[in-house]
Amino acid sequence: MEFVLILAILVAVAFFVTVPLRRPARRGETELDAQLAELEARKEAKYREIRDTEIDRATGKLSQDEWRRQNDELRREAIAILKRLDELQSGG
Amino acid sequence: MGAACLVLALLAALYAAGAAIAGARGDRRWVDSSRRATYALAALLTTAVVILEAAFLRSDFSFRLVAEHSSTTTPTGYKLTALWSSQGGSLLLWAWVLSIASSAVLFATRNRLREIVPWAAAVLMGFAAFFCALMLLSGPDANPFSRLDPAPVEGAGLTPLLRHPAMAIHPPMLYSGYVFFTVPFAFAIGALIARKVDASWIRSTRRFALIAWTFLTIGVALGARWSYSELGWGGYWAWDPVENASLMPWLIGTAFLHSMMVQERRGMLKVWNVSLIVATAALALLGTFLVRSGVLDSIHAFGASTIGPPLLVLIAVVVLGSAALIVSRLDDLRSEKRIDSLFSREAIFLVNNLLLVGLCAVIFWGTFFPLISEAITGTRSSVGPPFFNRLATPIAILLVLFTGIGPLVAWRRMSRETAKRVFRWPSVAALVVAAILFAFTDARGEPLALALFAFAAFALAALGQEFARGIAARRVLSGGSVPSALVAIVTRNRRRYGGYIVHAGIAVLLIGVAASSSFQTSRDVFLSPGESERVGDFDVTYVRPTQSVDREENRLTLGAVLDVTRDGEPFATLRPSRNYYSGRGVDPAAPVRGFFEGEATSEVGRRQSLGGDVWTAAQPDLTRLDPLIDRADERLAEITEGTPPDAPQVQSQIAALQGAAIAEIASRYVDDPPPTNFRVNVNPLVTWIWIGWLIALSGALIALWPSAEARRRRVADVYAARLARDLSRA
Repeated sequence: MEFVLILAILVAVAFFVTVPLRRPARRGETELDAQLAELEARKEAKYREIRDTEIDRATGKLSQDEWRRQNDELRREAIAILKRLDELQSGG
Repeated sequence: MGAACLVLALLAALYAAGAAIAGARGDRRWVDSSRRATYALAALLTTAVVILEAAFLRSDFSFRLVAEHSSTTTPTGYKLTALWSSQGGSLLLWAWVLSIASSAVLFATRNRLREIVPWAAAVLMGFAAFFCALMLLSGPDANPFSRLDPAPVEGAGLTPLLRHPAMAIHPPMLYSGYVFFTVPFAFAIGALIARKVDASWIRSTRRFALIAWTFLTIGVALGARWSYSELGWGGYWAWDPVENASLMPWLIGTAFLHSMMVQERRGMLKVWNVSLIVATAALALLGTFLVRSGVLDSIHAFGASTIGPPLLVLIAVVVLGSAALIVSRLDDLRSEKRIDSLFSREAIFLVNNLLLVGLCAVIFWGTFFPLISEAITGTRSSVGPPFFNRLATPIAILLVLFTGIGPLVAWRRMSRETAKRVFRWPSVAALVVAAILFAFTDARGEPLALALFAFAAFALAALGQEFARGIAARRVLSGGSVPSALVAIVTRNRRRYGGYIVHAGIAVLLIGVAASSSFQTSRDVFLSPGESERVGDFDVTYVRPTQSVDREENRLTLGAVLDVTRDGEPFATLRPSRNYYSGRGVDPAAPVRGFFEGEATSEVGRRQSLGGDVWTAAQPDLTRLDPLIDRADERLAEITEGTPPDAPQVQSQIAALQGAAIAEIASRYVDDPPPTNFRVNVNPLVTWIWIGWLIALSGALIALWPSAEARRRRVADVYAARLARDLSRA
């Protein structure tokens, strides 16, 4: 009985694990998904940096000039990410 | 069935590793298949754990692990936690937690980091396969499912030292910390192999590194708490090799958590970060090696075993393989930017990192000195707490200072005028505290402690200033009360303010360490009932002895009631005791003597307050009871002479007679109490160690908690993914 159970588990695991291998390959779409996900993560990280810099200014760690320099640079970087996101989402 | 699950788990891990590598080189479907194999691995190991736990619960002593670490009288909670008190059980725990962590990270990154994930999965599954193979191929000690035939009628019970709530969850916390640090390690290796060494692998694994750090923090603190409460020597940290083995990855992991922020924001310290995470993973494996191999003498080690050499080989492969990979990718690891100013958060983090790594190096040297000296001179020498304290203390003092400096400094650069402004009030706080302590306390005689208190005041004032300015800025923006502004700034900036809270907790914890170690009063006093001794500002009087017998736990407890007064006023009543256990390692030729010379634990008497503890442990002098003990053993030997010792009726007769003898001895202990040795410690501010730890833990949990925006995004992502799948099928 135990042997049958073990065999059943083995078959079930093998079936579960090989499901993707029995599907047709979906190349283009998933690669695009991965690139979009990565750019989204970079965008969120850049937004966090911009917010952190704003907090540093508000709490007196950065002067107005220091903040403006850093903020401008970060926003340029964020815009570049957003442009790339738009390109990918529009299929470019 | 359980052993079959282990075999299937090994096969699943090997398949997952192979499929991941196949997928990295071409067809993505192999990567998906590998991920499913990882989920299957987690399910199989969960089944294995459930099977074992069920065996513990029903006291199935045909399982060797159950027979050696549990008994019918072991409380249910400790039956469940006895799983990881053994070699095989702790290896199973390692593999199980690894399978869960791997499943979680591979699920979270299933649509991301396409070039990195397959290699990371291969590394994680390689570890899993290693631990499964270790359990199956290293002999019965390492196999949690090895059986006994015939099965004994009763088990040996849990080691008395482990019958403590802190010890029950200390191992899974530590192992979870070790395991979760393998996740960023695996992704670092994947990033190196795929030559994708920007911040993407760090972003994806940052949360796992913080989870690992949190678990390690809990595990290390629980170990210290257990030591303070159970071991009877009165301390919380003895620089024991296995204690050090858990602290070292915590230190390097802390350094990694800081420097990964620098790479995220500034694209710097890439070589440093991959080196740190390799070191963290290697130290985590080293911690496992030290506990399980018995290579160094330690109260924790459970004796030499067969798994030491394979673990050492794995550590060597991790270190040497990773080093070779890093060297081969040095061109890709060049920093994108440079440090603009020495007065920047990047520079401060680098100094902080060097201090943490330096402290780890000191501890590493001291821990492995016995092996090093034996290898070079042929004689095993060791270093003790004075070595560690002398070298670690100055580094720890500087670290406290930097827990305050870091939050005050901005990224990239800070002008001199701004620095003067933000450093002013924390510096004033440090000077005021130093002056007060110097003028009015004993701290003037302890310059290192005084320095730590001053720097901790600086750090706490700096962090308080950060919160105050953040609240003020928030209220300018949105109005509202101070409490609502505080909630708003913390919830909207969990990483920042969670980190600040962790820093505050560490500062408070180190205040407790400095005070309780520099200003401790400790005396061993030898008292008979009615006698008193002075310890520091307290008078300690031995009032009367106590005794109790717990037949279920086979435990005799001999203790005392102490009255503690200060300036003639009652301060506390303490009840320290010593527990003696039957069952484990008792000499069958002298079962009553064996009761007192076998395993014993201390229950400390303690009066806790925010100002500190009065702590005591008792060690009864049993020489007066020797004649009674010897007579009991002689009587038992006479009665059982000529009878087979293994016969159940003989066993139960011996147990009954032993019980009667123990009860008589316990009664004599109270009627004619012998003098007792009491260790009495006065530990100022020691409670703040545990408070600081809880503060640090809460900060870590705040930093870990996903933001409301992230939660909403995940829900939207689920629907978007579902729509994409549906459309692709149409």
